[in-house]
Amino acid sequence: MLDDFFFRAMLAGIGLAITTGPLGCFIIWRRMAYFGDTMAHSALLGIALSLLFSVNLMVSVFVVAAAISLLLIVLQKRGGLSADALLGILSHATLAIGLVIVAFMTWVRVDLMGFLFGDILAVSRQDVGIIWGGGVLVLAAVAALWRPLLASTVSAEIAEAEGMHPERAKLAFMLLMALVIAIAMKIVGILLITSLLVIPAAAARRFSRTPEMMAVLASLIGAAAVVGGLYGSLHYDTPSGPSIAVAALMMFLISLLPFGRGAGAEAAEREGRR
Amino acid sequence: MLDRSSPNGPPLITLKGVGVRRGDRWLVRDVGFSVSPREIVTLIGPNGSGKSTTAKTATGVLKPTEGWVERRPGLRIGYVPQKLQVDWTLPLTVRRLMTLTGPLAESDLVAALEAAGIAHMAGAEVQHLSGGEFQRALLARAIARKPDLLVLDEPVQGVDFNGEIALYELIRKIRDETGCGILLISHDLHVVMAETDTVICLNGHVCCRGTPAAVSKSPEYSRLFGGRAAGALAFYNHQHDHTHLPDGRVLHADGQITDRCYPGDGHHPGHVHDDDCGCGEPRLHLMYKGRLQPEVPATGEGAADA
Repeated sequence: MLDDFFFRAMLAGIGLAITTGPLGCFIIWRRMAYFGDTMAHSALLGIALSLLFSVNLMVSVFVVAAAISLLLIVLQKRGGLSADALLGILSHATLAIGLVIVAFMTWVRVDLMGFLFGDILAVSRQDVGIIWGGGVLVLAAVAALWRPLLASTVSAEIAEAEGMHPERAKLAFMLLMALVIAIAMKIVGILLITSLLVIPAAAARRFSRTPEMMAVLASLIGAAAVVGGLYGSLHYDTPSGPSIAVAALMMFLISLLPFGRGAGAEAAEREGRR
Repeated sequence: MLDRSSPNGPPLITLKGVGVRRGDRWLVRDVGFSVSPREIVTLIGPNGSGKSTTAKTATGVLKPTEGWVERRPGLRIGYVPQKLQVDWTLPLTVRRLMTLTGPLAESDLVAALEAAGIAHMAGAEVQHLSGGEFQRALLARAIARKPDLLVLDEPVQGVDFNGEIALYELIRKIRDETGCGILLISHDLHVVMAETDTVICLNGHVCCRGTPAAVSKSPEYSRLFGGRAAGALAFYNHQHDHTHLPDGRVLHADGQITDRCYPGDGHHPGHVHDDDCGCGEPRLHLMYKGRLQPEVPATGEGAADA
């Protein structure tokens, strides 16, 4: 079955969606959607540097995304510009520098569309292995860090006063984000990573009673969006990455429909059992 | 109060000469006090006087720029922050809030919710609670972990007068039943919890400290607020005689402006100075069995202030 490109795409997409679910929840709880966007944009700089120095693409993207998040922490500590403005600068600076570097390298031809929107139908067996291996690693780390991460999301002061280390948890979270972006870039592309992080988590909120339930639901909704998006792209002959994002958006819109609280809980239970 | 060595064993936490600087401005400077088991210490002071900064330094959220903070080894702190807004996107029930920073035995969880009087709201989402209910939930969360030291940053803010009295009674009950020390921060300059052992008035530095006078026993007070209030609240009557200007200089009541505070500043009639209140002022009053004695004429400059 792994010989079938469509099945490989499905497997890779589902693996990624399960990984981005819990991370996406933290992204919206901590109001970091723009931060995720910035890290995703910085991936283009990572791609450019990887071509320039002929290093592995995933390693390069991870290093650049991690460096950008550390830079952000340092700049925020220094005070002055708001996090919002800093993100705006870093986001577009990395994107622009990446494009300029690529333009200088006349000897390489880069499929920019591929990097921006991903090519999930082109994933190899090895890619599927990396996605699932990396995904298990990220999810294990999130599970281990769950309590300090959640506590510092609710109140960094309470967490710190009661003996936790919110700064450390934040740093670990940013590195995990960088890792997921490095993994995800090839599949959904730079511009759609944030959509797979944010939209399933937002759709899960309505049906969740606890943070843990929301994390699981976000993973399931993301996986369902991958399945729906891929079948949609097959059926209507649309690009696969954007189709996945559109499928996720439709699930979010469904979560907004004004059905009763009881129905919402039932839907949540159905989702949970799936 | 004047006897700093508490009968309840060594202090849970001691601050000595603590100063915190942001940029080129000192938020607080030269703050020293300790909290022992069963002791209730209330920090008061005007806005921007460094109450929250001091509390955060005590809990370890902020590192002091100068001076030091000693915590008893293995000290368990329960913290109720001044401001807490839980984003709507985070689904959080009262029950889930309880185990935020550590697992709890079911019996402890229920007991804490019952003590705070919100057991019936265990399943409610915290975003749907009223101000008073949310404060109770935060308090329940802090006490459920059986802390040695409870740090409460303005726990009665946004709570009406009756709710305030009920919360203070709850805090007293917690202290009586668990024997924890309590560091309480209040925005109210003149009314503090009656069981307070030490009131510390901050104004960028320790302006003065003392026990709340036993005004709650006065008939006028009872008539004004009712008997129940008299049991929970007490007056701490004092006036500041100088103001800290934004540039760090000090404006005195007589219109003089000086570069810094001097011994003799910040003193006002009606409260007690103790030996280490840092003002270098001779004591103006003597304490006797918790009552203010008639003033003892002080010698030197201090007498002019009083």
